[in-house]
Amino acid sequence: MSLLRTVLVVVLCGWLGLPAQAAVDIQHWTTSQGARVYFVASDALPILDLQVDFAAGSAFDPAGKSSLASLTRRLLDTGAGDLDENAIADRLADIGAQLGGGVGEDRASVSLRTLSGDEERTAAVALFNTILQRPTFPEAVLVREKSREVADLQESLTQPGVIASRRFTESIYGSHPYGAVATQASISAISRDDVVRFHRNHYTVGRASIAIIGDVSRAEAERIAESIAAGLPQGDDGADTIPPVPLPDAARVRVPHPSAQAHVLIGMPGITREDPDYYPLVIGNYVLGGGGFVSRLMKEVREQRGFAYSVYSYFSPQKEAGPFQIGLQTKGSQVGAALEVVDHTLREFIEKGPTEEELAAARDYTINGFGLRLDSNRKMLGYVSMIGFYELPLDWLEQYPKKVAALTVAEVQDAFRRRVLPAHMVSIVVGGDGDTAHAAGQPAASQ
Amino acid sequence: MTLRHLSKGLLLALSIGCISLPVSANPFETTLDNGLKVIVKEDRRAPSVVNMVWYRVGSMDEIDGASGVAHVLEHLMFKGTENFASGEFNKRVAAMGGRDNAFTSRDYTAYFQQVPSERIGDVIGLEADRMRHLSFSDDEFSKEIEVVKEERRLRTDDKPRSLVFEQLMATAFVAHPYRRPIIGWMTDLEQMRADDARAWYRTWYAPNNAVVVIVGDVDHENVFKQVQAAFGGFQPETLPERRAIIEPEQKGPRNAVVRAPAELPYVAMAWRAPTLKDLDKDTDVYALQVLAAVLDGHDGARIPRNVVRGSQVAVSAGAGYDGTGRGESLFIVDGSPSRGKTVDDVQKSLLAEIAKIREEGVSEAELRRVKAQAIAGQIYEKDSLMGQATEIGSLAAIGMSWQDEDLMIEKLRAVTADQVQDVARRYFSDETLSVAVLEPVSIEATAPTASAGHH
Repeated sequence: MSLLRTVLVVVLCGWLGLPAQAAVDIQHWTTSQGARVYFVASDALPILDLQVDFAAGSAFDPAGKSSLASLTRRLLDTGAGDLDENAIADRLADIGAQLGGGVGEDRASVSLRTLSGDEERTAAVALFNTILQRPTFPEAVLVREKSREVADLQESLTQPGVIASRRFTESIYGSHPYGAVATQASISAISRDDVVRFHRNHYTVGRASIAIIGDVSRAEAERIAESIAAGLPQGDDGADTIPPVPLPDAARVRVPHPSAQAHVLIGMPGITREDPDYYPLVIGNYVLGGGGFVSRLMKEVREQRGFAYSVYSYFSPQKEAGPFQIGLQTKGSQVGAALEVVDHTLREFIEKGPTEEELAAARDYTINGFGLRLDSNRKMLGYVSMIGFYELPLDWLEQYPKKVAALTVAEVQDAFRRRVLPAHMVSIVVGGDGDTAHAAGQPAASQ
Repeated sequence: MTLRHLSKGLLLALSIGCISLPVSANPFETTLDNGLKVIVKEDRRAPSVVNMVWYRVGSMDEIDGASGVAHVLEHLMFKGTENFASGEFNKRVAAMGGRDNAFTSRDYTAYFQQVPSERIGDVIGLEADRMRHLSFSDDEFSKEIEVVKEERRLRTDDKPRSLVFEQLMATAFVAHPYRRPIIGWMTDLEQMRADDARAWYRTWYAPNNAVVVIVGDVDHENVFKQVQAAFGGFQPETLPERRAIIEPEQKGPRNAVVRAPAELPYVAMAWRAPTLKDLDKDTDVYALQVLAAVLDGHDGARIPRNVVRGSQVAVSAGAGYDGTGRGESLFIVDGSPSRGKTVDDVQKSLLAEIAKIREEGVSEAELRRVKAQAIAGQIYEKDSLMGQATEIGSLAAIGMSWQDEDLMIEKLRAVTADQVQDVARRYFSDETLSVAVLEPVSIEATAPTASAGHH
């Protein structure tokens, strides 16, 4: 019997009506340099997953230099120690290791997946450490990657979905760091010194959390964590934090685009990772638009009217208030009708909340399926690194189903009334002009 | 266009011995009297299970004028049956804590749920029910066809590179059904009727045209019994004759151009290439898979190294070849030029990479690297129940078996540098080449005259 299986203990809690709950044994310690470590042992497969998260996301981009965080992350494995980018790529491939990660608003992540055998693991961790600790940021590579980033940006600015998403971000966050989007000017303004400084000040021991999942002993996990933290910059930029998010005024934005579909995004700043309304809002949202095929928005917009292929709502919890967003795409000529349906559905939900039956279904889904969200090392890594980065309680996964089980309709309704506010809601519509013109009998200019 | 089947082959054999799973007897396979094939793989790491039903029917089985019907029916499979109301399927799976969805390819249509393992019997029952008792109204069809049209607008019509790929396929094939898009031409969707979907269902959704694949924390003997109880009473159907449609010989290069709102030009080049039929003799397939990996199998492979990072002719470029499937195969390379470069430059640069291998071959280090990555990739794949079930099911659905892997491994391990050079010489003449190019049109130039005000 594997360890992963034994830690996913199934407990019957009849008095609470809880059919099952999953628990994960997360071991936590701090390295001698002060980096936080979160470890789950699992020897079911000969695989080791590592992830180091730094408080080095795009919210820390200096004014006028949006993209610095993402360029810094992108350049980490394009030169490190005495290796150039090709040598790094070849060495990873030689041992079958995979480097991953990326940049969000709050964090920059660097992850490694490797076979856990001594030879592969030792080589992979050594390379991983070189990349994290001694990136060289070659000037020529920076110039090339900046120009690729500008090309990507220009291409993406022709896509209605990307335009909508940028306008949404700018509109709900204004001048808050979460609201900055990359431009050609902001990318061009970035120098090698900026990158070097950003790495020195943000990829530091104090801003790091380390997640380790898989086939290593506790002693080996400790050695690995120590070796990662030992070589990280010691610089202390603890003062660089993200300010609270102010609420925007309601606004409607319409951007023309010759696409067939209009891309619609509606929303406002939502919740933080440790928000007191986290559970009523997230579980309530399952009923509104988070629950795949069974949500109200899906039924009203897609099933009953055939207005859209994709329609959803979500809360994305961040260090400070992440977005609450409703999204759909529909042909331009019916965007007005679709917006009315969304508006009506949302208002009714805020006013009346979910029915008892709907809340029970949301509870069933969340509680019964909790073990499924943790049935692979990959999924586990996602949760454990999140818990570590945001310093959530170690029993967060264990508490989750209990909190959900205790929720009432009144609590969900109350939270939505207080937190989802039409007076602060922004609505973005981009494109659909191709279909509107077609429906109006006008020839499209491009034909 | 991935190396999935390459990695699969190599890996299983090479990984035996370093994995603590009971690989010897696992997966387990049986076939019911009515022809339904059942494959169960026990993976006891977590109390979770994936249930899939694969139908051996995809868009390649459609007829002209009804393109997209395989995918439309996939959508309608979530409507009601004679026993359950519309929406009940999703609702029940959600109440179990599970997730469900489906996908349609050129070769097959597959449905899946991931649920807590103690609920496996329930989802087997739901799948059995909709294999034979689907019932949707004309009204439900008329709503769902609009959903599918929105899906086409989202995935294809407003995505210039998807339009390029659609045209590439329509250009590379004149007779073979792979020339039709899976989602269907919009003009065909406009005239599709509910009865088209019903006829499709009646014709193809039968136990003798399906494979059940279950991977997770289950006992295979129990699962076999549950599948027998749920599906065993169904009668097999006489399936239509399926003629092998062979694409006639191509007599020279073909070209397609798509003009759409974009900033960067883009080009995709496709050569006709062999499909694996004879596991033992079709050695070119394995050599072409290795060639694709040498060109674009990792960040340090030749195309990203030389075309994107070295010469900087392209901002992005790649190569892909699968070589397994029910129909014809293509070897595809693609890319977008950097500022100041053109699609011609990108094409020349990609062709030069193939020419270099034709003339100088590949190194032993490159061969070793392809194999090492493949070995690791196969082990990593075992972390995902869904990934394992998809591997087993996709092979079964195209008429192969997970059991074929042993031979595929041997053949792949046997690929030499000379063989790679040899296929680089033989398969890349412009006699069998099709090229599709995206010519960007500025957004302003395509804007209709109507003013766009606030809604």
